[in-house]
Amino acid sequence: MADKILKELTLKIWRQKDAKSQGGFKTYKVHNISTGTSFLEMLDILNEQLVEQNEEPVAFDHDCREGICGTCSLFVDGRAHGPDDDVTTCQLHMRRFEDGATITIEPWRCGAFPVIKDLIVDRKAYDKILQAGGYVSVNTGGVPDANAIPIANDKAEEAMDAAACIGCGACAATCKNSSAMLFVAAKVSQLALLPQGKIEAARRAKAMVAKMDELGFGNCTNTGACEMECPKSISISHIARLNREFLKAKLKD
Amino acid sequence: MSNFLTSSIGKKVIMSLSGLFLILFLCVHLSVNLLLLVSEEAFNAGCDFMALPFIKVIEPVLALGFIVHIIWASVLTIQNQKARPAKYAKRCQSQNCTWASRNMYILGALVLAFLALHIATVWYQFKFGEITSHYEFVSSFLKQPCFGVIYIIAAILLGLHITHGFWSAFQTIGFSNDIWRKRLECIAYFFAFVFAAGFSIIPLYFMIFGN
Ligand code: HEM
Ligand code: SF4
Ligand code: FES
Repeated sequence: MADKILKELTLKIWRQKDAKSQGGFKTYKVHNISTGTSFLEMLDILNEQLVEQNEEPVAFDHDCREGICGTCSLFVDGRAHGPDDDVTTCQLHMRRFEDGATITIEPWRCGAFPVIKDLIVDRKAYDKILQAGGYVSVNTGGVPDANAIPIANDKAEEAMDAAACIGCGACAATCKNSSAMLFVAAKVSQLALLPQGKIEAARRAKAMVAKMDELGFGNCTNTGACEMECPKSISISHIARLNREFLKAKLKD
Repeated sequence: MSNFLTSSIGKKVIMSLSGLFLILFLCVHLSVNLLLLVSEEAFNAGCDFMALPFIKVIEPVLALGFIVHIIWASVLTIQNQKARPAKYAKRCQSQNCTWASRNMYILGALVLAFLALHIATVWYQFKFGEITSHYEFVSSFLKQPCFGVIYIIAAILLGLHITHGFWSAFQTIGFSNDIWRKRLECIAYFFAFVFAAGFSIIPLYFMIFGN
């Protein structure tokens, strides 16, 4: 089936010169967009149009464009990564929108993710949380032989689910409290479930939570919005595990 | 344990434990209240039991439970507001979480407003007033539609607070996983319904059959 054509779309886009400037919404029109176009390609089309008109193109983050790197962000029409569930913005397509629609496009809004330019935010805060403890300290050498370290299937599966986190920041961006708990939980959970990571589980949970608090993310109130918007469907059951790991660690102190 | 109480999870654990304690209190409170529907003697006996010294000592603990829950709720809510200095222009939160979970502070504050009214009227009279029959007092109080209706609304607001609060409290202390979460959410709705219906049925009963 041939793709339909969206004759006209109105885009309300957040424009901000740099981190220090005051930003504001600007309205643009794009025409004749095929429904097979991805959302980011639609923005590319807009940008070409802007370049032709000698206007500054809209800055937005992107890299792999296949849902694996976590670089693309964008709050599209009131939802992180747009109206589809379980996708990144680069996986969102224009078939999701009606002809004549007005689409509001904003950067992640979260105190710990300051806007750098237009739709790009600085997500270094997540790197800092990882640096605080999201690793295994010892050099684990080359790839071990399969089954040299026995790991129960359910544990391996759960660790793998947590490891799917791509650090996109949608969890904190969507959370009404700007809490980074889903991201931190995914990292803590992934390593705490495996023998290599278990040894440092207590130190890791304490260090990563302390860093998260220090960076100004909010306090989780278990609304569950993060897991609904997470492109990798990370379950908030990992947050329960993080709470367990943290409490265990603190009780031992 | 040094900085446990100032960490985000530590603060949440305090919310959780104080909240669960308040739920426990509500179970006792509702059980006694429901004696109103049994008979005058039963309810008065219940009130006499609640006035026994070994029950009375719990009162300050209960007050403390409320105070802690309210103070920590306010601290958390203020911090959470500050964590997002610039707001979204467009937001569809109904797509990803429940209304009650987003409005816990408003629901709590409304329950608190009701609590103030309840303390100023019924509780004060029970404690310091000259009451011959507690049953008589309550029935003539709740018969007045203005109070009856307020009590029913408060029961529903409390129920909404519990729909999220109950399961959230267990999640906070780490007692949840993909299987238990569904169970806890079911139990949360059960408790919410029992509290909302249980506390509403009493003013309804007196407003309808009170004369
Ligand atoms: C009888 C009355 C109350 C009961 C049984 C109750 C129960 C609970 C429970 C069980 C929680 C969940 C805790 C958690 O998520 O770990 C909770 C959360 C909360 N309560 Fe209450 N509560 C009551 C009154 C109040 C009052 C008076 C306020 C404040 C003004 C309040 C404000 C909050 C807030 C803001 C939360 C969410 C905070 C969070 O999840 O961290 N509550 N409540
Ligand atoms: S938990 Fe999900 S939403 Fe949060 S950073 Fe990881 S992939 Fe993104
Ligand atoms: S650009 Fe890599 S996930 Fe979207």
